[in-house]
Amino acid sequence: MSDDDPKSRPPSPTRRKFLLTSGSGVAASLVAVYVPALAERAAEESHTDLTSAGPNIEGAVPITLRINGKDHKLNVEPRTTLLDCIRETVVLTGTKKGCDHGQCGACTVHVNGRRVLSCLNLALMHDGEEITTVEGLGTPEAMHPMQASFLACDAYQCGYCTSGQIMSAVALLKEPCGPDDASVKELMSGNICRCGAYANIVEAIQQVRKNA
Amino acid sequence: MHIFKFIRPTDAAAAIAAAAQSKTAQQGADVRFMGGGTTLIDLMKLNVETPDRVLDINRLPLDKIEATPDGGVKIGATVRNSDLAHHPKVQKDYLVLSQAILNGASAQIRNMATVGGNLLQRTRCVYFRDTAMSCNKREPGSGCPAIIGHNRTLAILGTSEHCIATNPSDMSVAMAALEATIYVQGPKGSRAIPFADFHLLPGNTPHRETVLDPGDLITHVTLPPPVVGSKQLYLKLRDRASYEFALVSAAVVLTIASGRITRARIALGGVGTKPWRSPEAEGVLTGKTANEATFRQAAEAALHGAKPQSENGFKIELAKRCLTYALRTAAAS
Repeated sequence: MSDDDPKSRPPSPTRRKFLLTSGSGVAASLVAVYVPALAERAAEESHTDLTSAGPNIEGAVPITLRINGKDHKLNVEPRTTLLDCIRETVVLTGTKKGCDHGQCGACTVHVNGRRVLSCLNLALMHDGEEITTVEGLGTPEAMHPMQASFLACDAYQCGYCTSGQIMSAVALLKEPCGPDDASVKELMSGNICRCGAYANIVEAIQQVRKNA
Repeated sequence: MHIFKFIRPTDAAAAIAAAAQSKTAQQGADVRFMGGGTTLIDLMKLNVETPDRVLDINRLPLDKIEATPDGGVKIGATVRNSDLAHHPKVQKDYLVLSQAILNGASAQIRNMATVGGNLLQRTRCVYFRDTAMSCNKREPGSGCPAIIGHNRTLAILGTSEHCIATNPSDMSVAMAALEATIYVQGPKGSRAIPFADFHLLPGNTPHRETVLDPGDLITHVTLPPPVVGSKQLYLKLRDRASYEFALVSAAVVLTIASGRITRARIALGGVGTKPWRSPEAEGVLTGKTANEATFRQAAEAALHGAKPQSENGFKIELAKRCLTYALRTAAAS
C-alpha cells in the first residue's frame, strides 16, 4: 500500500465524529432521540458492511434498500422519510435536510436512476429499489466528473445545498435539456442555493456537458 | 406526523376495498392512497392530513400511456408527470399538456408526482396549511381568515364567503382545456367523469373538493382524439421564473381556418377555486376573426364576474393580459 492509499492513513476524526463525541453532552440534551443513535452508528463507521439497522420499535417494517450498490436490511417505522432513513438509520449524511417540505432540493437523491426529493418519500415506498446518494457518485480520491467540476468552478459557498445540486446535475445529464444556460437553469430550479452560487453551478454543469 | 399503518395492496380491488372503509375521501380521510407523495407527505408532516392507513398504489399496474382506438390517449393514474410531459404523442398532439406540466414544480417533483395525485393536488393557501389557524376547508365551520388576511395568491373566480382557496395544479388546467375524462373505479363499479364535473366549487362545503367517495380509485385519464391543426399554448405568470405556483395561467387550444376561429377551448389557472374552464371566452372566440380585439373581448368575458379580495385585485387585469397574450401567441404559431 502506498502512503496515498486512504486505507493506509491513520484515521482522522471527521467534523461529524468530533462534534458527536466532544459535544455529545450538550447535543444530547437538544436532540435526545437522534444523537445517541448517530453516535453509535458513527462509532461503527469503520466497518461499513451494514446489513441490519433501525430501531426495533412497534410498527416498524422490515425492508431492503439498495443504497450505492449495497443492500441494507432495515427496520423502518412507517413515518420515516427516505431522507431520515438515509441520514439517521443508514448514517449516510451527505444527503442534506433543508426545508423538509419539497421546496429546496437539498435532499435530492436518485431512485432507480431518477432524481427525486427524499424528504417527500417514505422509505417504505422504496423497498427493493436502487438508491444513489452523493456518497455513491465518487470519493474524494476518485470524484465523479460533476463533483470535480463543482470543485474546479467553485460552484458553492457554504456547501449545504451542494450534494443536492450535484445529484440534480448528474441526473440532468440524462434528461432532455437544451444546450443553453437558460435550459440548465430551468432544470436546476428545484435546487435552491441561499449563498447564490448559481452562476458557478451553471458553469460547472456546462463544463461537464461540453466535455461529455 | 400522525402514526399510520403502511399497506401495499396487491391489486386495485384490494386497494378499493381498504379505502372504502374510510369515513370520507375528502379532507381528513382516515385512509389515503399514496402516489408520488409530493402533496400528501407534505400535508401529513404539517398534520393537515392525518390518515390512519396509507395505501401505496405505486406498484399497481396503472403506469401506462397508451393510444386509444379513437386516436386519443389513455394515461394511467400513476404515470409520473415527467414521463407524461416527455411522451412523444403528448408532445405531438397535446402540446399544451406537456407545456403545463413542465411549467409546474421542479424536475425532481415531476419525477415523483403522479397524474392521479395531480388531479387531487391541494391548495397552497397558507391558512389551510397551518393547523394553528381556522380554515373552513380543513375544519368546516371554523371560518376563513384568508378573506380578511393574506390573500394575494388566492382565487378571484368560483369563490364563496366560506373559501377563496386557489387550485394550484398546472396539469389540470391543460386537461380542462383538452376536455379530459377521468376514470374512477369504486366499491360500486367504474365510472367516467367529464373533467369539468370532477372538481367542486367550495360553496358552503369547501372541504369537499371533488366528487370522489370512499374507495374511489382514479385508474386513468383519457384525452379525446387531437384536433387536427389546433394551435396550443400554456402560458404561466408567477413571482419568479421557475419552481413557483401560478399567479395566473392560461391554456388555449385554438383552431383557425382562413383567419377565423372555428373552435376554441380555454382554461385558466391560479385564479379559480378549481381548474377554470371558460365557456364564456370560448363563446366569444368561436366564429370570430382571430385578431387583437377578439382576444381582448374573450379575456374580458373570461374574467367577467371575478371577485377581487383585499390583496389580489391585480389578478383580474393580469389574467386578462395573460389570456390575450396566450391567444395572440398561439394564433401566430
